[in-house]
Amino acid sequence: MKLYELHEKKGLQLLIALLCGVVFGFLLQKGGVTDYDVIIGQLLLRDFTVLKVMMSAVIVGSLGVYAMKSAGLVHLHPKPGSFGSSAVGGLIFGFGFAILGYCPGTVAGAVGSGAVDALLGGVTGILIGSGLFAAMYPRLRAGILQKGDFGTRTIPQALGINDWLVVIPGCILIAVLLVILENAGL
Amino acid sequence: MEWLELGRWSPYAVGAGIGVLSWITFLLLDKPIGCSTAFARTSGMIEKLFKGNRVSEKPYYREFVPEIDWEWMLVAGVFAGAFLSSILSGTFHISMEHAVWTEYFGHTPVLRLIFALAGGVAMGFGSRWAGGCTSGHGISGTLQWALSSWIAALCFFAGGIATAMLVFGVVAGGGIP
Repeated sequence: MKLYELHEKKGLQLLIALLCGVVFGFLLQKGGVTDYDVIIGQLLLRDFTVLKVMMSAVIVGSLGVYAMKSAGLVHLHPKPGSFGSSAVGGLIFGFGFAILGYCPGTVAGAVGSGAVDALLGGVTGILIGSGLFAAMYPRLRAGILQKGDFGTRTIPQALGINDWLVVIPGCILIAVLLVILENAGL
Repeated sequence: MEWLELGRWSPYAVGAGIGVLSWITFLLLDKPIGCSTAFARTSGMIEKLFKGNRVSEKPYYREFVPEIDWEWMLVAGVFAGAFLSSILSGTFHISMEHAVWTEYFGHTPVLRLIFALAGGVAMGFGSRWAGGCTSGHGISGTLQWALSSWIAALCFFAGGIATAMLVFGVVAGGGIP
């Protein structure tokens, strides 16, 4: 079966997604990032587990995904953005991140690990917040969400250079940052 | 198979595993890993239970149809995977006690629930405003070197660190922790 044929099979896609989710949740829990203390520890700059997990995922993921893109096996799916959407929304998200102590993925993992605050507070709150946004969306879409729009551009596209000129130095820079963190005993 | 029963794995091994998982979702699903859209769809599905099909006519739900899609299954899988992992390591326990919370706020479960709910509302709202969360922007978007995702991810942490320092340092404690 060709890959694009696989992408068309809806039932099979749902099953593969479920299995990928199980692996994702297993990894998040083993990494400790479904734990409130670990996430708040990161935001208080005491425990750098969250950053270590994310940064190593970016290095490994980025090298593989861009290699497969070069081989014509996959397409990128960069999200559209603007300063009004990505930066302002990002700061609101960050506020919620510190108050809740989980994010939308880790909150599901925290519920799976038995965290009652993640279920009663976190999941309920995220559902309410998403609904509120949907209600306000028509007004926001015409206004702030468009401010400073830069579309679905990737950094290599924005700079107008070859992908690998960003991917390789970018991954090296992240690796150096991780080594510095480790050497600093963080 | 003792490694499956360990309480914690190296964060680098876990990160590398998530990176490889990204290869798989790009290859087999033609999708980057993400979580927050599933909450938006669920919110729409719940609203539909009360208000009927006209909910689907809302501009937001025309773009993000309230239905069970691949990402919804992924989030369901995250719940199951974390449950499996915590059962295997014996760390599963039903509780809302957290060491850092208790350190600053003492035994205040009701306050913790109010925080979780309020933080959840801000997070749900902010993730839809930014068009993604720590998974969709923070991992999948940054690994694609998307401009929107790097800006969003930096703001997630800038906002998160500032708020945490304020809440735990200034309000609950004394001075910056």
